[in-house]
Amino acid sequence: MGRKLLLANIDVPGIRGFDAYRAHGGYAAVEKALRGMSVSEVSAEVNRSGLRGRGGAGFPTGLKWSFLDRKSDKPRYLVCNADESEPGTFKDRYLMHHLPHLLIEGLIISSYALGVNTCYIYIRGEFKYIVGILERAIREAHQHGFLGENILGTGFSLNIYVHPGAGAYICGEETALLESLEGKRGNPRIKPPFPAFKGLYGCPTVVNNVETLATVVPIINMGGDEYARIGRGKSTGTKLISASGNINNPGVFEIEMGLPVEDFIYAPEYCGGIANEKYLKAVIPGGSSVPILPADLMLNTAKGEKRLMTYESLADGDFVSGTMLGSGGFIVYDEDQCIVRNTLNLTHFYRHESCGQCSPCREGTSWMEKVLYRLEHGEGKMSDIDLLVRVAKNIEGNTICPLGDAAAWPVASAIRHFRGEFEYHVKHPEVVKNVHHGALKIEKESLIPDSGTGVNYW
Amino acid sequence: MIKVTIDNIPVEVEDGTTILQAARQIGGKVVPPAMCYYSKLKGSGGKCRTCLVKVAQGSAKDPRPMPKLVASCSTPVQDGMVVQNLTSPEVREARKAIVEFLLLNHPLDCPVCDQAGECDLQDLSFGYGMEETTTDFERREYPVIDIGDKIKLHMNRCILCYRCVYFADQLTDKRMHGVLFRGDVSEISTFVQNAVTNEFSGNVIDVCPVGALTDKTFRFKSRVWFLKPMNAHRECSICSGKVAAWMFGNEIYRITARKDEFGEVEEFICNECRFEKKELTDWVIEGPRHIKRQSVISANHYEERKEQSIIDPIAGTMTEVE
Ligand SMILES: Cc1cc2nc3c(=O)[nH]c(=O)nc-3n(C[C@H](O)[C@H](O)[C@H](O)COP(=O)(O)O)c2cc1C
Ligand code: SF4
Ligand code: SF4
Ligand code: FES
Repeated sequence: MGRKLLLANIDVPGIRGFDAYRAHGGYAAVEKALRGMSVSEVSAEVNRSGLRGRGGAGFPTGLKWSFLDRKSDKPRYLVCNADESEPGTFKDRYLMHHLPHLLIEGLIISSYALGVNTCYIYIRGEFKYIVGILERAIREAHQHGFLGENILGTGFSLNIYVHPGAGAYICGEETALLESLEGKRGNPRIKPPFPAFKGLYGCPTVVNNVETLATVVPIINMGGDEYARIGRGKSTGTKLISASGNINNPGVFEIEMGLPVEDFIYAPEYCGGIANEKYLKAVIPGGSSVPILPADLMLNTAKGEKRLMTYESLADGDFVSGTMLGSGGFIVYDEDQCIVRNTLNLTHFYRHESCGQCSPCREGTSWMEKVLYRLEHGEGKMSDIDLLVRVAKNIEGNTICPLGDAAAWPVASAIRHFRGEFEYHVKHPEVVKNVHHGALKIEKESLIPDSGTGVNYW
Repeated sequence: MIKVTIDNIPVEVEDGTTILQAARQIGGKVVPPAMCYYSKLKGSGGKCRTCLVKVAQGSAKDPRPMPKLVASCSTPVQDGMVVQNLTSPEVREARKAIVEFLLLNHPLDCPVCDQAGECDLQDLSFGYGMEETTTDFERREYPVIDIGDKIKLHMNRCILCYRCVYFADQLTDKRMHGVLFRGDVSEISTFVQNAVTNEFSGNVIDVCPVGALTDKTFRFKSRVWFLKPMNAHRECSICSGKVAAWMFGNEIYRITARKDEFGEVEEFICNECRFEKKELTDWVIEGPRHIKRQSVISANHYEERKEQSIIDPIAGTMTEVE
């Protein structure tokens, strides 16, 4: 069992409320930071911790904070990105649902470090029931003097507001989020200027993910150096992984960075192996936008090393044989899952969620969906496969925001690693018209991963 | 002042200038096509991606190339920046791809489109596009609607450049139309068939790069290349009264604003001048307009000119030579 820094107290009865949270060491980090540390000392701890953004891009949080324009005489804002809508990712929802005070505590410390007096939680529209949970936690924090004017008598003041979106994936992109927060259509902005200079209402703004901000709490409690000792290399600390798909224990797990992927999939305290005694076929390890990898490349890199749950190891081999940690949405596919159908499903999502501002994404996503639809329904042509590769390539890198890339990568990687399955759909239209799962049974030998550890989990 | 090189041509520009504006200072083939950027509309640009260029060297200080192609209309120049437009095969490829995307759902109804002959999308596909259609799917279709009594909206032809929206936002007092929905089903529309009535609303026709917004008073009257654009003016209490009058013989077929060499309106005009004043007696005709832009209108040689158009073998665009 790895260390739990965020979810350690998740099973404590009543931890959602202030009293139980406080009784288990809650708000100690706020006291420590506000009473005993200067603004720059807090930032320095975050810097030393090596914390990287948990929203998907993995950008170092300390560095991001250092970009914030502190010279401007405008107010500064901290915006918590709780729009979590990436298929496969549901860790922020879990955290906010069960540990709302952990997020509030993280927001207070981060706002203190950034010199922010107003903070917004932009939450996905579908998470309506969590709005109430957060607002209650905010009320409680106010009552106990951790929010509002002159917190703990330190002179620092902070108000937190929860703002529900209308349920658009694109509003998770930080500048679209800011537009939406301002009450406008959620179109991503053209950058530069970056939010650190011109963010919310044209003021310097930091946008961070829920998990990122919650992680500031253990970092202050234990110190940045201690935090950095957990994990591996530049992937420090722990990470929440939301695991779903054909596994025995779907759910949210906190892992220490550096855990071998194989252990994560098969160990009983994590995913617990593939359900129904099936075999592992493929994994999307970081939320639907990151490349899918077949079982063998998922467990071991192309160089034959064990693949680990770190930013670096998952990206080993770049897009030829690697993928990304992304937001930690770990989706597992067993032997019966159809990659073409799955790719169609994801592409449908991106087409539906594209804001439609820029031509490659608006037109390209719907084009790819149409081509995938006919492939999946036995009406495709061989040339469709290369067409998909070409369209994906033409979208990638040519758009305003990364949603274009996020739409292109799943398609490109599915064809890269499972071209045979696409071809099978063209060659056997009658079969794929009627069979949507496991139409193409891959030889089991190539599916069974060599555990390498000698531990036979299945 | 900042030094930049675009397609091997150096130019000095002011700090804060975008790559596209710097290229326009050089002029000619170096200028990337811009389908959504409009210098007079704040916040425009960045959307169509036709203006993508390669930054081979970021700046003198940091000479690394930029990892991706960038939208020249919204990327500021840095001192010592080296930009490639047509000299980069990557840019030409990307531009071809963008044209393909823009035409994917375009109805290709140029033969019945009033914009044909002065359409930026036509010029763009002629310059950079492929010869054949690459899609065999049905194209998106929307009904043709009236937005106000003088303006037709053919949403099928719209490339969602947002220019008309920015125009209405910034230069009229009440915006009645905007973008509804999102992704590939987004559309320009008014909210529940509202009429666009502002007295400057007709300018959306001129800022629209394609035939999505057209003048109902000119609908199917003539192909633009049969008409002669003349500079004309009148005393107008609302706008400057300086327009282009498009004439056939002694008849005025339509009135538009005057456009510069980059296809941008010089001065926006009012609806009265545009829609109501079609008699020769309404106007003082100054003389023929120079058409510098690549355009089928200029191919008509209505004006005595020494130049002739040829097709540039690299760019495929029409350029003018002595
Ligand atoms: C299309 C799209 C959707 C995104 N959705 C989310 C999201 O739901 N939650 C999130 O935290 N970040 C999301 N991001 C990433 C944010 O833009 C931003 O990088 C992040 O909130 C930064 O926080 P971090 O540095 O703490 O990771 C999304 C990005 C894109 C391009
Ligand atoms: S890439 Fe897609 S989602 Fe992002 S701005 Fe362009 S159209 Fe909108
Ligand atoms: S109607 Fe014309 S101006 Fe308006 S968005 Fe469409 S193409 Fe652009
Ligand atoms: S003109 Fe630059 S993106 Fe459209």
